[in-house]
Amino acid sequence: MPQNQSQQFAQMAMNNYLLDHAYDEMFAAPGEIHRHYEPLLSHFSSLPADELQRRKQAADLSFLNQGITFTVYGRNEGTEKIFPYDLLPRIITAAEWAKVEHGLMQRITALNLFLKDIYNEGRILKEGIVPREVVYSCKQYRRQMIGLQVPRNIYIAICGTDLIRLENGEFVVLEDNLRVPSGVSYMLTNRRVMKRIFPQLFRRYNVRPIEQYTQLLLGTLRSLAPEGRPEPNIVLLSPGVFNSAYFEHAYLARQMGIELVEGRDLVVHDNVVYMRTTNGLRRVDVIYRRVDDDFIDPLAFRPDTILGVAGLFNAYRAGNVTLANAFGTGVADDKALYAYVPDIIKYYLSEEPVLKNVETYLLTRPSERQHVLQNLDKLVVKAVGESGGYGMLIGPQSTAAQREEFARKIEADPRNYIAQPTISFSRAPCLIDDALEPRHVDLRPYVLYGDKVTVVPGGLTRVALTRGSLVVNSSQGGGSKDTWVLSQ
Amino acid sequence: MLSRVADSLYWMSRYLERAEHTTRLLDVNLNLMLDESSPSSEHRWLRVLHALGHPRELTWGGDPYTLTRTLTFDLTHKASIVACIISARENSRHVREQISTEMWQRLNSLYLDVTRPNIEIETEGDATEFLQTITEAIHQFQGITDSTMSHGEGWQFIQVGRNIERAAATAMLLEAYHEDLWTHPEGIPEGTEYLEWMGLLRSATAFEAYCKVYTADLSPDRILEFLLLDAQFPHSLRFAIDAMQHALEAIQVESGGMSRAEPLHRLGGRLQAMLSFSSIDDVLDQGVIAVVRNIQQQCRSIHSTIYELYVDYSIQTALAG
Repeated sequence: MPQNQSQQFAQMAMNNYLLDHAYDEMFAAPGEIHRHYEPLLSHFSSLPADELQRRKQAADLSFLNQGITFTVYGRNEGTEKIFPYDLLPRIITAAEWAKVEHGLMQRITALNLFLKDIYNEGRILKEGIVPREVVYSCKQYRRQMIGLQVPRNIYIAICGTDLIRLENGEFVVLEDNLRVPSGVSYMLTNRRVMKRIFPQLFRRYNVRPIEQYTQLLLGTLRSLAPEGRPEPNIVLLSPGVFNSAYFEHAYLARQMGIELVEGRDLVVHDNVVYMRTTNGLRRVDVIYRRVDDDFIDPLAFRPDTILGVAGLFNAYRAGNVTLANAFGTGVADDKALYAYVPDIIKYYLSEEPVLKNVETYLLTRPSERQHVLQNLDKLVVKAVGESGGYGMLIGPQSTAAQREEFARKIEADPRNYIAQPTISFSRAPCLIDDALEPRHVDLRPYVLYGDKVTVVPGGLTRVALTRGSLVVNSSQGGGSKDTWVLSQ
Repeated sequence: MLSRVADSLYWMSRYLERAEHTTRLLDVNLNLMLDESSPSSEHRWLRVLHALGHPRELTWGGDPYTLTRTLTFDLTHKASIVACIISARENSRHVREQISTEMWQRLNSLYLDVTRPNIEIETEGDATEFLQTITEAIHQFQGITDSTMSHGEGWQFIQVGRNIERAAATAMLLEAYHEDLWTHPEGIPEGTEYLEWMGLLRSATAFEAYCKVYTADLSPDRILEFLLLDAQFPHSLRFAIDAMQHALEAIQVESGGMSRAEPLHRLGGRLQAMLSFSSIDDVLDQGVIAVVRNIQQQCRSIHSTIYELYVDYSIQTALAG
């Protein structure tokens, strides 16, 4: 293609790409591009405009044919959609990643020690570092777990932590997901599609591989098998085909070569878990469960569940089966407990947190509550028990009626909400109709904890595809990008 | 293999076979109805309902086209073609990872095709063409299944489902025609018997295959012999039960040997032997209706034994064994 045309694209990208106070992943200043994005922009500039569209279509088709879809709730049962995908990768330098990796390892180690502590001696509570009421009032706190030994003392085997970048470019933790984090299949399929669509570009960067994730996951699960089960039978427990992440469950099971089971496939007899096969009952040793605590055993938790397995908790208690993650991990990713995580890290590890938290107001504290209620139009309010972008108030984008409604809810149940300043997540360039436009992104890296802690170099970059939106959740119109961590 | 997976594959296959059978019955009868010298419309369509096993709450209201629409589209009736396709697709969705992508795509696109909005209005003028596209799609699905899926345990369950459904449906079809062919042949106006017999054969896709064996010389006894006892024709009862038994044996080998499956093996083997070693005269001596009802009964027993053995067994028995 002629030189002037390619310059035009780059020029156009620079001119029409409006920067604001949010950190931009590609541009340091107007017209000034971060060095690690230069090869990307020059490669895209070398492609005719319609070529980009053609590759975009090729990517979409590839997702559709592979059935990479998720289910949207609140409409007809089982509405399947493709997860929108943006062609431009998000690039993270080796130096940036080193810090993220270090911070995540530190955090999962500390949170795991915290869980062990609160379900056993409770030292941190006795010493008043974390107030007892924060832990005991948490809906995810499981008193059934008190005094129970879990294999290797690992509660959190699989975690996906949500990070965002502040205006100065620093990565901070927005949320720990310690129960059943999802999205890893999108990370893996995004990469596969990206390598197919932009092989030359991929080669120009030294991108660290992520495809070992499923093997690492399998190794992690195997390392947690009950003692005396050298060839453990590992299964993935899914709520079933109507769950929004069913594609992911099936994908991971297939990639690991383990059986994908539902609650009705499992039975417990004499505290041993079996799966029903055409060849009779087969013992199950490790369950990678993608079903929430509440729904997993009608005898131990919610009695009305039909997704669970009666007696599973007792089998777990007896040490005959391992669940990953353990029960009761949700207490450590509670949004109110989040405010104490820096103290938790200092307490157990005697280290300063590598990754900071976002400033958080606890509404159970009268002074902070007062401040929040007076500034609802500037803050983000989140329900502590919700995820997926549900039950949230974004102050600057809210109506007076919504604010009033939240004020009422906060007064009625302050423990159930937290507030944070409205942060502009960093923005990354996205291909929106033929042009580059900035969109807000976050980053969810995946951490595994078995024999050792492993952070897979990459993660799911979620994009708020609606202009100006800060909500990246797939259920709320978010999309994703491939995430490249450079090896040097 | 997980019991639930086996169950879903089995039912996916049964539902598709059922949809195909209903489709063909409607197609054949809509066509023959045009030569309306033969039995009254009422007689014909009551016989269709009989052949479908008298679907619950479905009655003959006097208009063939209304009945056809109901049997094709009405989702309140589980027996309707579209309801069967939806059920088949739903079953396959639950075991999406166990079947090939090609199978899923073929079935899913059939599903999308028959459930699209306005389909009822679009096909109002030409039910026949629509019915034929359904048959074609199901045939393609079967071909794709055979050539893209490993012929392991899962595939064998698909074979069992298809053949047991086919055997039961063919037996029911013979029962529905029984009166007209053997008990009260006078019920059919003189000179139109030939059309009726042809209708029966075509309802089992058997007309051409029959002619190759017996020429176009149709007689009730030969038709019965062909549909019941022919060893080579895929829609004959004998062929279907042979295929079912082969698949069951393959499953028994894969899932823990014969001893556990002894009762099932015996049941299938007895039916297989009856069909393999009976002559048409034996059948006529025993009475056609008794024989075909007995076959249906045995199919039901085989079905429930498969369930007890592979799907819905009690934990106590499984742990004891």
